[in-house]
Amino acid sequence: MIFAGDPLLSGHIDLAVVAIVVLKTVLTFALLLVGTMFMVWFERKVVGDLQNRIGPNRAGPFGLLQTLADGVKVFFKEDLIPEQADRVIFKYAPLLSMVPAFITFAVVPIAGDFRHGHSGVVSIFGHRTLLQLADPPIGVLLVLAMSSIAVYGVMLAGWSSGSKYPLLGSVRASAQMVSYEAALGLSVVAVVLVSGTLSTSGIVSAQAPWKWNLWVTGVVPFVIFLISGTAELNRPPFDLVEAEQELVGGYQTEYSGIRFALFYLAEFMNTITMSAIIVTLFLGGPSGPVILGPAWIWGLIWFLLKLLIFLFVFVWFRATLPRFRYDQLMDLGWKALIPLSLGWLLLLTAVRVGDVEGWNPFLVTMVGAVVLVAAYGLLVLAMRAARRNRQLAEELL
Amino acid sequence: MVPIIVFVVAAAICVAGALGVVLNRNPVHSALSLVATLFGVAVLFIAQDAQFLAAVQVIVYAGAIVVLFLFVIMLLGVDRAENLESEPLTGQRPAALVAGLLIGGGLIAVLVASTITGKHSSGAKVDPAQANVNQIGRLLFTDHLWAFEITSVLLVIAVVGAVVLARRGAPGSGADAVDAGIPADDFGEPASPDTVPPNDVEETVR
Repeated sequence: MIFAGDPLLSGHIDLAVVAIVVLKTVLTFALLLVGTMFMVWFERKVVGDLQNRIGPNRAGPFGLLQTLADGVKVFFKEDLIPEQADRVIFKYAPLLSMVPAFITFAVVPIAGDFRHGHSGVVSIFGHRTLLQLADPPIGVLLVLAMSSIAVYGVMLAGWSSGSKYPLLGSVRASAQMVSYEAALGLSVVAVVLVSGTLSTSGIVSAQAPWKWNLWVTGVVPFVIFLISGTAELNRPPFDLVEAEQELVGGYQTEYSGIRFALFYLAEFMNTITMSAIIVTLFLGGPSGPVILGPAWIWGLIWFLLKLLIFLFVFVWFRATLPRFRYDQLMDLGWKALIPLSLGWLLLLTAVRVGDVEGWNPFLVTMVGAVVLVAAYGLLVLAMRAARRNRQLAEELL
Repeated sequence: MVPIIVFVVAAAICVAGALGVVLNRNPVHSALSLVATLFGVAVLFIAQDAQFLAAVQVIVYAGAIVVLFLFVIMLLGVDRAENLESEPLTGQRPAALVAGLLIGGGLIAVLVASTITGKHSSGAKVDPAQANVNQIGRLLFTDHLWAFEITSVLLVIAVVGAVVLARRGAPGSGADAVDAGIPADDFGEPASPDTVPPNDVEETVR
């Protein structure tokens, strides 16, 4: 068991320690905000390229300052509040979507020295510390808690608008997010099982340098996490929440000016945070080979490169995949992803127990796979029987 | 000094939230006050080194249960102040008062006098050398395994019961509204409501 924790806070706490913590806070938030700014530009540019057009190219070189220009514009727009709205909740709902993204990002290891025996610790100003804002012993649970808090922003925004499309959008959103949280949590359990710790820096240390959970857990939890993460973010192809053809703009229909911009920013911020969490859980976070120079810089470089892969993947999803229908969404979540992640978890546990007990690993895997297939067959039979019963009941009418 | 400040702030949030649950006229505001109380309790858990309980508190209660409350409030559209003039059950309010006083008195008796169990309400301290997930897991799956399994059976019964209750009317009455949006290849043609009166449908299915 790796019992992680930031060595910075375990010793005597003096002014320098407080200064380091403040510095880390400011840097983390600045990184996320600047990252969000460039993510908006990146998404518009890449979607533009994929759709064979140019994309933003007026503000600054390559249109890099487009987000800033949009921000200034939106800041001076009128902030409308509908007459039927619940004013207090209407005002605070956008903040509720942003804060969880920040808090989640706080537990992501951004850089650090993950060579053998270092477990991410570096020295700053004579103090040994981890290069992440916080490393609570329950880091992964904090991520799940914040993803369940993120539902409130969307839900309350829709309800407090006092108008029908936002309400429909937010009911859809909360059902979708609560459903996919189960699959998300179950795929995280596989990672925790393999790493033996809940702390994010512990999980990264356990993966360094090449024992990435991506293949240690056998790819399936990664795929489930990626799909349910996309659904949690309400990004295409799971963006039924704001399907403009059906719901005008979903939960943000009544928002305008800076509050609308806050929702917009929160979406991109959450995208970055979710990518960072995927990198931490499955791709070994900032760990990687050190070529020359200080090890922590290489940590930062590897982290940003891995992050960029997933940012691109999310944009790619948006540009290529058509939107799911609501029943397909629920079928995928409840009838495919949750049973699959439960079964895979059982298989992983069996292999692990077999490892401890000294059973034949090949036999354990085979028996596990046979049980999985049999269980899946039973599930399919059960669903077919339910469908047949339904048809029978209708023929009786 | 710091623990006292943390306690005072978190306790104030808890109490304010609890009062908000009772005193707010709008059910959505009440539910949100409940979230504030749950967060206050989570902070108190962290102050006691029980990070796991704090996280579970937020995930399960704030993240799932109150979301379901809000979901029901939104779907049923009861988000208006209720008429409090008439009592739904006769004698409900005096009975609630008596029960509340009894429970409150009991809690205070356990906390202050510790005469009932002979022990203080807090048992052993958390071992700071071990992660508290390990300690809780070990206790839960050894000493308290029976209670744990019984609870899981209870939850399964609740789930099965909910499914049975929800499917009782299908495909005629209530469930039809949901079915109508679902495509034919999955559930067969949705029954058109104007060909058969709803009462007949229920009879046929039973």
